[in-house]
Amino acid sequence: MTVAELERVEQLERSWAEAPGFLSWLTTVDHKRIGVRYLVTAFVFFLIGGAEAALMRAQLARPDSDLVSPGTYDQLFSMHGVTMIFLFATPMLFGFGNYLVPLQIGARDMAFPRLNALSYWVFVGAGVFLYSGLALGNAPNAGWFNYVPLSESSFSSGPNIDFYGLGLMFLGIATTAGAVNFIVTILKLRAPGMSIDRIPIFCWALLATSFSVVFAIPSLTAACGMLELERLYGFHFFDVSGGGQPLLWQHLFWIFGHPDVYIIFLPAVGIVGSIVPVFSRRSLVAYPWVVLSTVLIGMLGFGVWVHHMFAVGLPQVSLAFIAAASMTIAIPSGIQVFAWLATMLGGTPFVTTSFLYVLGFLVVFVIGGITGVMFASVPFDQQTTDSYFVVAHFHYVLVGGAVFPMIAGLYYWFPKITGRLLDERIGKASFWLVFVGFNVTFFPMHIAGLLGMPRRVYTYPSDMGWGIYNLISSLGAVVLTLGVLAVGVNVVLTLVRGRGAGSDPWGGNTLEWTVPSPPPPYNFAVIPVVTGRDPAWDAAARERDHSRLQGGGELVLAEGHETVSTSPLAGDLEGPIEMPGESWWPLALATSLALVFVGIISALHPVTIAGCLLVAVSIVGWNWPRRPAE
Amino acid sequence: MRPSRYRGAGLLAVVVCAGCGGSDQSTLDPASRASSKIATLWWIMFAAGVVVVSVVSLLVLLVLLRRREKGVGRWMPGTAFVAVLGFGIPLAVLVGLFALTLSTIPATSPARATTSAPNALTVDVTGRQWFWDVEYPAAGVRTANEIHIPVGEPVELRARTADVIHSVWIPRLNRKIDMIPGRTNTLTLEANRAGDFRGQCAEFCGLQHAHMAFWVVAEPRARFERWLAAQARPAHVPSPGSETRGQQVLLGSACVYCHRIAGTNATGEVGPDLTHVASRRTLAAATIPNTRGYLAGWILDPQHVKPGNKMPATDLDGGQLQDLLDYLESLR
Repeated sequence: MTVAELERVEQLERSWAEAPGFLSWLTTVDHKRIGVRYLVTAFVFFLIGGAEAALMRAQLARPDSDLVSPGTYDQLFSMHGVTMIFLFATPMLFGFGNYLVPLQIGARDMAFPRLNALSYWVFVGAGVFLYSGLALGNAPNAGWFNYVPLSESSFSSGPNIDFYGLGLMFLGIATTAGAVNFIVTILKLRAPGMSIDRIPIFCWALLATSFSVVFAIPSLTAACGMLELERLYGFHFFDVSGGGQPLLWQHLFWIFGHPDVYIIFLPAVGIVGSIVPVFSRRSLVAYPWVVLSTVLIGMLGFGVWVHHMFAVGLPQVSLAFIAAASMTIAIPSGIQVFAWLATMLGGTPFVTTSFLYVLGFLVVFVIGGITGVMFASVPFDQQTTDSYFVVAHFHYVLVGGAVFPMIAGLYYWFPKITGRLLDERIGKASFWLVFVGFNVTFFPMHIAGLLGMPRRVYTYPSDMGWGIYNLISSLGAVVLTLGVLAVGVNVVLTLVRGRGAGSDPWGGNTLEWTVPSPPPPYNFAVIPVVTGRDPAWDAAARERDHSRLQGGGELVLAEGHETVSTSPLAGDLEGPIEMPGESWWPLALATSLALVFVGIISALHPVTIAGCLLVAVSIVGWNWPRRPAE
Repeated sequence: MRPSRYRGAGLLAVVVCAGCGGSDQSTLDPASRASSKIATLWWIMFAAGVVVVSVVSLLVLLVLLRRREKGVGRWMPGTAFVAVLGFGIPLAVLVGLFALTLSTIPATSPARATTSAPNALTVDVTGRQWFWDVEYPAAGVRTANEIHIPVGEPVELRARTADVIHSVWIPRLNRKIDMIPGRTNTLTLEANRAGDFRGQCAEFCGLQHAHMAFWVVAEPRARFERWLAAQARPAHVPSPGSETRGQQVLLGSACVYCHRIAGTNATGEVGPDLTHVASRRTLAAATIPNTRGYLAGWILDPQHVKPGNKMPATDLDGGQLQDLLDYLESLR
């Protein structure tokens, strides 16, 4: 290391260091700390949602069981869905995104670091808000899609549904802010030379997802807003007696709800797209096709919501149209699957735990995709929707299509995040437990559904022929639980006594593998200049980066708290931009927002008003102009 | 593990088939043209699905085999492979599936009954938390949780709801149709053989969604007409003694606010019509059999059988209960 290099790195250390101790835990804006926090919090919600599922499987293991009461069961399946969709899947993927996007595009933080901190705090606040309903014994109990009029006050007089309606409006702020942040970060903060055709596939996936979030969440927020106006203040949007339309809720919900499936699925396939080339030792085949497929899936997701409503009695013509649109999604999905297969077949794969989960994902996701295409076939949907066949289908898509890739991503990036390698033997054992446990749990549900078992029943009679399939499912759930616990045990053991990983244990192709593990607060000592699609495999370019650090110091930006901005398409350098540092305002704003929602649900108007005032104060404080540093 | 997948697929087909006749609600044991068409659609899609999963699994297996293989000149699939398999296969499958879908829709479409048989029998079914109110408007018949239809004739089922959204689903006779407040949806039932076909609510509707079932009884025309005529008669007039005392128990209690017995002061609209309750096979929306013991248990403690349902417990002494049971059992 030359003296110049050492000096520059020390200067970076100083300007990017955050205050030590607990306070900085509250004020941090470092995307890596926030990302890890997202991952851990989402995993906690995953365990809670899993515990709810375990209780349901225990109840359904035998017919006419009375382990849990019907009222409890309704809260369990509602909270299981809400938790897994809203508090686990999206935040978990946003956690991966938070940690990885700046590292993969050669930036030093997200575009709006404070907004990023706000997203996390609001997510936590909304999660606690939703779960305080369960703690009070009044959790949402009308399912995760919460159909009216069952969820209106005439049929649900307690506060249960208000936790859902207000909680999801609250959470929508976090998700939207996070998505906007991803969009701007990916479009503006890429390293010079990372033109749009060189963006890593994971970042493409987050970009597509984030656009979907920005267009989908308003529909959910509007629906929940209308519902709460109706429940709390006597408006009439959905109730027929007041001239409302119950189907309006379904349209608004599914215009959000179907894109939300892809909001969860796309980042997960982005993870797969990151892992496949590395463990195949070959660049991703058909990169432009995969990118266009990703974008196309995000867009098509907005044209198919009615396939959740095939049985409500809509005109035939609209059903045929939506059926065609829904089937179309199989084409970009097929392109992605075969692009990964082509990459693996043409490479020299080496099978790690991470790669095993990717292979498991391929098989499970293809099964879920095929049953998905079946649901596009109108008469079959009308026969099997709302049966256990649909429960089987969406678990194949969401567990197979998202959780498998998440675990693959965990094994892949854990060494980057912690500097330690997860144990491969426990990893492979856990894969087989998860893979077998998953299939034994969810495959029999297809059969139960075909045999006429409706979903969301807290029990069933013994003479329907469903008992054996439910028993097998419940036993499979035990194996699946063991597999998930093995993943957790592996993480804990590795943190205690794991093997050191070095900066690049896998020979990765993206920029995060060019920095130490765990990465320093400023990520890159020198902003890399990208000349290809696999920048970490480009030794010459990385050597040039290093010589800039040693020599003239271009793009080191050691003087300030800075990163660079580039043009959205070509990735041409535009210049350095100043990045904000630690701040109390995100936490203050999130807390004020929480006060507003707590005030509304408890009908304490002074609290609501105080919350609104504090929101205003926080926003003003946040944006108060500061004198530039001397 | 991998090779066993294919054995697994074969095994699966056997297991699924084994289930065909095992359930009164099996979609794979159709008893109508509509459900047969859907079952055929399923088996075609299932076969195509097995092929696709097999191809992908084979390629995954190939990846696992290839990892040890080194050297130059090996097969390197590229964009053409992706285009042909990833674009071509789905496109071909989807065009076929879309055609199959369009050709299946008419068989399950509600329009069929009215066009092919203008004088088709109409049944009005209204979902309520948590039972099914059944009316035959032309015959002036009202009953609950049991729909009788003549075999081989299209019957138009008009689906409505009195409260939340329900979905009426008799898998062996047709697809399901939702019951939406403010709307009337229609569904055609046309059984091609005599038999009892179980139906159940398919849209989550609250605490007792799980216990909201019913039976469709398809029987020859003559038997159906006898049933309909019997149902159209006014309620049995109690004979002196226990039946009369039982009627007084009923009419003197809160029962009358919710239940209707044609020709008496019981004119409630909230619960099932009891005019011919003894003729029915089940109680509480096909939850328990309609026997004297179950009926007594239901009257005394309905919340034990169906927690959360809208019927309160009735406080009766032993004599009153026996009289009431005698009366209810006479309502044939």
